[in-house]
Amino acid sequence: MLTITELTAGYGPITALRGVTLTAEQGRITAVLGANGAGKTTLLRTISGLHRSTSGSVTLDGSTVTRVPAEKMPALGMSHVPEGRGVITELTVEENLRLGGLARGRVKADDLNRIYSLFPPLDERRHVAAATLSGGERQMLVIGRALMARPTLLLLDEPSLGLAPRIVTQIFELLKGLVDNEGLTVLLVEQNARSALSVADHGIVLNLGQVVADDSAATLAADDQLRHAYLGF
Amino acid sequence: MLQFTNTALAGLVLGMIFAAFALALVLIWRSTRILNFAQAPMAVLTTYIALVMIEDGRPYWLAFVVALLAGLVLGAVLERVVIRPVEGKPDINAVILTLGLFIVFKSGAEVIFGTKLRTYPPTFGIRGIEIGDTTIGITTSDFFTIGAVIATLVLLVALFRFTDLGLKMRAAANNQEVAGLLGVKVGAMLTLGWALAAVVGSLSGLLIAAGGLVQPSYMDSIVVFGFIAAVIGGLESPAGAVVGGLLLGFSLSFVSGYLSAQLVALVALGILMTVLTLRPGGLFTATQGRRV
Repeated sequence: MLTITELTAGYGPITALRGVTLTAEQGRITAVLGANGAGKTTLLRTISGLHRSTSGSVTLDGSTVTRVPAEKMPALGMSHVPEGRGVITELTVEENLRLGGLARGRVKADDLNRIYSLFPPLDERRHVAAATLSGGERQMLVIGRALMARPTLLLLDEPSLGLAPRIVTQIFELLKGLVDNEGLTVLLVEQNARSALSVADHGIVLNLGQVVADDSAATLAADDQLRHAYLGF
Repeated sequence: MLQFTNTALAGLVLGMIFAAFALALVLIWRSTRILNFAQAPMAVLTTYIALVMIEDGRPYWLAFVVALLAGLVLGAVLERVVIRPVEGKPDINAVILTLGLFIVFKSGAEVIFGTKLRTYPPTFGIRGIEIGDTTIGITTSDFFTIGAVIATLVLLVALFRFTDLGLKMRAAANNQEVAGLLGVKVGAMLTLGWALAAVVGSLSGLLIAAGGLVQPSYMDSIVVFGFIAAVIGGLESPAGAVVGGLLLGFSLSFVSGYLSAQLVALVALGILMTVLTLRPGGLFTATQGRRV
């Protein structure tokens, strides 16, 4: 379970997060929604230690991880899949996956096989340079790579970006399966609010760095006023 | 026939020396996207350390190893202290910085060791190998040079291709942020990249010095050709550096052996321009453009 209390962060004089408080329940998908510039990406980057918070705290499964450097997070059970996917294109598919597993010290063949069975398209292309993968395959690769570290919390930044709706549905269904079967906690940042709310259990709406709504996904999706004002559908 | 053989052998040895220098440049470029102009004077410093030890009567190979270790420490310290502050700043900052280091180290070597020419003893014999009753233009020292460079290449390729450490280094080189998110200690990988490069640079300095005369500017003639070899090879790939070095070594040896030694620099420029026109990324580049 991830708990964030009064988190504030910014870039120089600009404040991007203003006292954000939220909880991502264990074994649930929590969606963070909002327009461009709402602070969604900054929120994930601050949680995972890529960006320094100015105040507030982040707690993962009971231990405080505020301002822990990003490179220590995988070992603490947090995996962050950044926006724009972050495939290391010069490495092969398998090298990308192995890299994800190194956070646990050694790469286990079982872990690799698990990812290949979750994402069959990757299995066929193990030794191909990741640069040749399609957008959907790249998204599978970065999620698979994050799972190689066996995280308890997965931070996903805009996984639907630039993907065909069919692929988005496929990836979201797979996430749902992981959450239901393995108790994974997911914090999902999305601009595609409709898709995100269809898969999420809980939703949080950010506007200009502040939480303006925090409710179950079904309630948020049914709130016409909120949808028109912040979610654009 | 003998002239042809000897010219080819001279080209091979020359190419291996270029390759060693190019390998050091490639290692730093791969890990930090910086062209290290200070590579040559760094190698001069470590070679002088070995030379002073030998002149003091210490064992030859002990001096050799100490010079390599000195390179390791020098590379690591430089990255930590001097290069780290300009990481993430505009590329030109690092370029100016390494050019400045070039001047500092070279002047430093002149102040400490003087500009007098000194003899560096050869690694092994410097007599040509005799086959039947003809003596061909390759010595046991040359065999050592060739073997040392090939061994270095094999070790580096094995490191990057087959080990977890090599995988982390490649990840840190290609995408620092993503590598960090996956738990790679990016800073340590960059330091290690510089340290390894400086070891290989020191090796090239020792190989060039052995059996010849040394003064603080003795590497200067190699620098330009080493850079050309690295660029021909694509700057990314250790194998490319060796192929680039050999291509340049053979070409230059044949030009100076059969045409004129005056043409060497011109031909090197010609090769560089031809390769970059046909393959702008160099011979061994994996990607034609980097998508970020």
